[in-house]
Amino acid sequence: MKYIDEFRDGGIARKIAERLLAEAQPDRQYSFMEFCGGHTHAISRYGVAELLPPNVRMVHGPGCPVCVLPIGRIDLAIQLALERDAIVCTYGDTMRVPASDGLSLVKAKARGGDIRMVYSAADALQIARQNPQREVVFFAIGFETTTPPTALAIRTAQREGLANFSVLCCHVLTPSAITHILESPEVRQYGTVPLDGFVGPAHVSIVIGSAPYDHFAEEYRKPVVIAGFEPLDVMQAVLMLVRQVNEGRAEVENEFTRAVTPEGNLTAQALVSEMFELRPSFEWRGLGEVPYSALKIRPAYAAFDAERRFELGYRSVADNKACECGAILRGVKKPTDCKIFGTVCTPENPVGSCMVSSEGACAAHYSYGRFRDIPVRVERAAA
Amino acid sequence: MCLAIPTRLIEVRPGAQALVDLGGIRKEISIALVPEAVVGDYVIVHVGHAIGLIDPEEAERTLRMFGELSTQQAA
Repeated sequence: MKYIDEFRDGGIARKIAERLLAEAQPDRQYSFMEFCGGHTHAISRYGVAELLPPNVRMVHGPGCPVCVLPIGRIDLAIQLALERDAIVCTYGDTMRVPASDGLSLVKAKARGGDIRMVYSAADALQIARQNPQREVVFFAIGFETTTPPTALAIRTAQREGLANFSVLCCHVLTPSAITHILESPEVRQYGTVPLDGFVGPAHVSIVIGSAPYDHFAEEYRKPVVIAGFEPLDVMQAVLMLVRQVNEGRAEVENEFTRAVTPEGNLTAQALVSEMFELRPSFEWRGLGEVPYSALKIRPAYAAFDAERRFELGYRSVADNKACECGAILRGVKKPTDCKIFGTVCTPENPVGSCMVSSEGACAAHYSYGRFRDIPVRVERAAA
Repeated sequence: MCLAIPTRLIEVRPGAQALVDLGGIRKEISIALVPEAVVGDYVIVHVGHAIGLIDPEEAERTLRMFGELSTQQAA
C-alpha cells in the first residue's frame, strides 16, 4: 500500500540502525519518550527496540487515550446505559476497559445495557436518527486527532435538530500532558525518569501542527522530533534526536513533513474551538488531575453535552492496587516490573488499562516482546 | 486509538462525503475536515474522517533522506 510499505523497509531500517550505532556516543545514556501509543506499538511490533544501540532507551509515554481514561469516566458511560436507559455509542477501544464493580462496557452490555460499538461519531448520529424516541450518547474519547470528528457530529446534530443526541466528552490534550510530565510537582513526587527528548505525535500533529511544541524546546530545552507511525519514521526520529543531543540543540524538528505542517489543519482547529473550551482540570489515569488538559462542550452547545443533560457528577475511583499502570504511564516502570503482568493481567483478561488497548505499553510488550525476556538456551543433542 | 491510514480519494460525493480506496477496499468517508481534497489525493483517514492530506513531494523527500543515509553509509 502506497505511503505505508515503503516506510517499513527492513533493509533501510538496518542502515539507520548502523548510523545510530555510529553516532550515539558510547559514554552517555540517551532516554527519549515516545509520547504516543501509536509509536509504542510500532516500536514493539517491528522490533525497533532491538535495532537501537544499548545506550538508547525508549520510555513509553501516556499518549494512549484508552490507557489514560480514568475509571470514573467509564463508570459514567455505564451509568447512562444501565440506569438512564440511554443508547451509549463508543469506539471499540473502550469496550473492555475495567470499570468499578467488576464491570466494563462490554459486561454492562451483557447485563442488558444498550451499548453499541461504532467506527465513527457519524455512526452514532445515524443511530440517533434511527431511534428518535431514545436518548443516544456518544462516549467521545481521544486526543486532538479524534476531537474534530466529534465536533463535526455536534455541529451536524445541531443543524439537523437531533434533540436526542448528546456527547460525553472525554477529549484530552497532548501538549498539556507533556508539560505535566516535565514540570508537575505531583509527578515529581510520584517520580519520573530523566528525559533527553521526545518523539512527537504523528496524527495529533496533523491536526494541531508542529508549532505548539516550540514551547517545550524553548522553555524546557528538550528536543522534539515529530514522527510518523511507521517503523522507519521512528528510527529516523531517534537518529535526529541523538544528533540534537550530541550537538547540544533543543529544537522542534519534523520528520513527518509528508503530513504535518507548522500550522496544522486550520479547518479542524476552527471547528474544535467553536464547539469546545478548556476544562480547568481533568483526571488522567497515571498522571492524576492535570490542569487545562481536556475539553468540554461550550455552553452554546449545552443541549448536546451529556454531563449537563443528565446532570452527571464525576467521582474519582482508585485503580486496582496490584496494577502498575500509573507508574508505567509515567515511564517510571516497565510492564515487566508489574507483578501481575502476563499472569493475572493479559489482553484477554485485562486488569489495567495499559493491557486493554493494543497501543498500551503492556499490551504491546505482551503481544510482541514478552518472549524477548526469556534467554534462549540451546541444548546439544547427545552424540 | 490515533490509528489513521493514507487512502486514495477516488470520488467526491455530495454532503462532503467521498469514496476512498485502500488496496482495493473501498469505503465512504467524510472530507468535511479537508474541504480542499480532490480526486487522486491521498487523504489520511481516522474514524471515518479525512483529517489531512499526504504531500507527495515531502513523502519523496523523506524517502530520499533515508536513501541518502544508506549511500553515506556505503561511502
